[in-house]
Amino acid sequence: MLWCDMEASLNLLNLGLGRMVITKFCSERIAKYAFEYAYLNNRKKVTAVHKANIMKLADGLFLESCREVAKKYPGITYNEIIVDNCCMQLVAKPEQFDVMVTPNLYGNLVANTAAGIAGGTGVMPGGNVGADHAVFEQGASAGNVGKDSIVRKNKANPVALLLSSAMMLRHLQFPSFADRLETAVKRVISEGKCRTKDLGGQSTTQEVVDAVIAKLE
Amino acid sequence: MAAFLARRLLGTSTSSSSALMSSARAFSSSTTPIKATLFPGDGIGPEIAESFKQVFTAADVAIDWDEHYVSTEVDPRTNSFLTWESLQSVLDNKVGLKGPMATPIGKGHRSLNLTLRKELNLYANVRPCYSLPGYKTRYDDVDLITIRENTEGEYSGLEHQVVKGVVESIKIITRKASMRVAEYAFLYAKTHGRKKVSAIHKANIMQKTDGLFLQCCDEVAEKYPEIEYEKVVIDNCCMMLVKNPALFDVLVMPNLYGDIISDLCAGLVGGLGLTPSCNIGEDGIALAEAVHGSAPDIAGKNLANPTALLLSGVMMLRHLKLNKQAEQIHSAIINTIAEGKYRTADLGGTSTTTEFTKAICDHL
Repeated sequence: MLWCDMEASLNLLNLGLGRMVITKFCSERIAKYAFEYAYLNNRKKVTAVHKANIMKLADGLFLESCREVAKKYPGITYNEIIVDNCCMQLVAKPEQFDVMVTPNLYGNLVANTAAGIAGGTGVMPGGNVGADHAVFEQGASAGNVGKDSIVRKNKANPVALLLSSAMMLRHLQFPSFADRLETAVKRVISEGKCRTKDLGGQSTTQEVVDAVIAKLE
Repeated sequence: MAAFLARRLLGTSTSSSSALMSSARAFSSSTTPIKATLFPGDGIGPEIAESFKQVFTAADVAIDWDEHYVSTEVDPRTNSFLTWESLQSVLDNKVGLKGPMATPIGKGHRSLNLTLRKELNLYANVRPCYSLPGYKTRYDDVDLITIRENTEGEYSGLEHQVVKGVVESIKIITRKASMRVAEYAFLYAKTHGRKKVSAIHKANIMQKTDGLFLQCCDEVAEKYPEIEYEKVVIDNCCMMLVKNPALFDVLVMPNLYGDIISDLCAGLVGGLGLTPSCNIGEDGIALAEAVHGSAPDIAGKNLANPTALLLSGVMMLRHLKLNKQAEQIHSAIINTIAEGKYRTADLGGTSTTTEFTKAICDHL
């Protein structure tokens, strides 16, 4: 799904047009990735997020693709949820969700909402996966991005990037390294002694990194 | 008669002077009740509508209710289960309240909500979301209003299959609709004493569509220098809402984001069962509605929570400038919930609809 804009010729009409394209190819591809991810990571449920009651053809095609792929994974529960209800459920009862597969725009919103609930841009990891390459970076785009003041004061939270690199290690099939890194980071956060400002603490970026290194076994 | 004279003195009504229309109503004498349309709706609709009428009667609200129900047959004049008379009633009375309606499944007719929206030209959906004292959620300090453009954007309904396996959907943003909703948002902020309006967008990616929406908001903002104005990208908005909803005051958004964000905000304070909503149309029409579903599984069992419909009714009263009674009823509802003795099942209590309603009436 991609929202792209049509060009300027419509300015005289005081009108802006955007075009959203959904293809079976891309929808199937992402659905396959979601189910395969769930299967390989021992996740129990995949939820497709959509607005097919309004965008019947577009999101309808997305859902159709998800349903077809779901049939090939009988061991994984599959359900569907409309995006507005999804956001409402996320803020009220996020524990009901496991793996969520969405088209582009909703995914952006859902990811940032989920990241906010889990602790913010500073903690949520992420990755961008392609057929031949993968790039890992913090999962949510909001807030903690490009703020010189945070960098200068050494207050940026390194957790998101550390956890993203653990994801990268897993992708490279180094699960034990990934586990070690993740465990160390999670221990540092749960102990609560070393936390940056966004998590309510006073530590600097370097202090958090030193603490993680110390906890590596 | 007094209202008619006041309208002529104040000039003809336009969409941007809905506030003026409301003050025309305030001139109606207390002996001439205001006429308003009531759609009780389906499922739990009739029960909560009954509850609503009880509370409003107990509060001495002088409104004559013109009740309309969804028909069992499609009216060819409207191509919907809503009759032409029902729609005309709202157009005449200019104000109405709607309970939950379940659109019958099938083809060959428009959905009920779509019919109302198109025929009444309802262009803005307004939802105040505030934490209810005494009903605890993870968020205690929510006090914001979402104003959603309701006619165009991603929900224009223009989709087609380009080739097999490729579907294209068109999003339309017009200057007219964007200006209209932006004007309403700033006017609302001013008349309700709100300090800040945030325009929510994704104009960094969707430059022509959301860019136009933002441009319109910018223009209207210049006319209200006393109101703080900011532009927030939708991803930031979602993040900020779940981390610190107190950062927001009034939010104005195009259709899709508005749909998602208004439901997200409802989730922050306890769900659709507690959320009031009001749809604003051209010529000062206001149709308040309870946005939750018709809950057929608990219909007729005296278990339904009438709070959403009651709070929507309060919004309607404020639109009619009957602020004293609006405040009275609002306080009664808030106090009843805060007290905790009488709560319906969805709020974790054991009271029936009638018990809850009586408690509110007692608190008046």
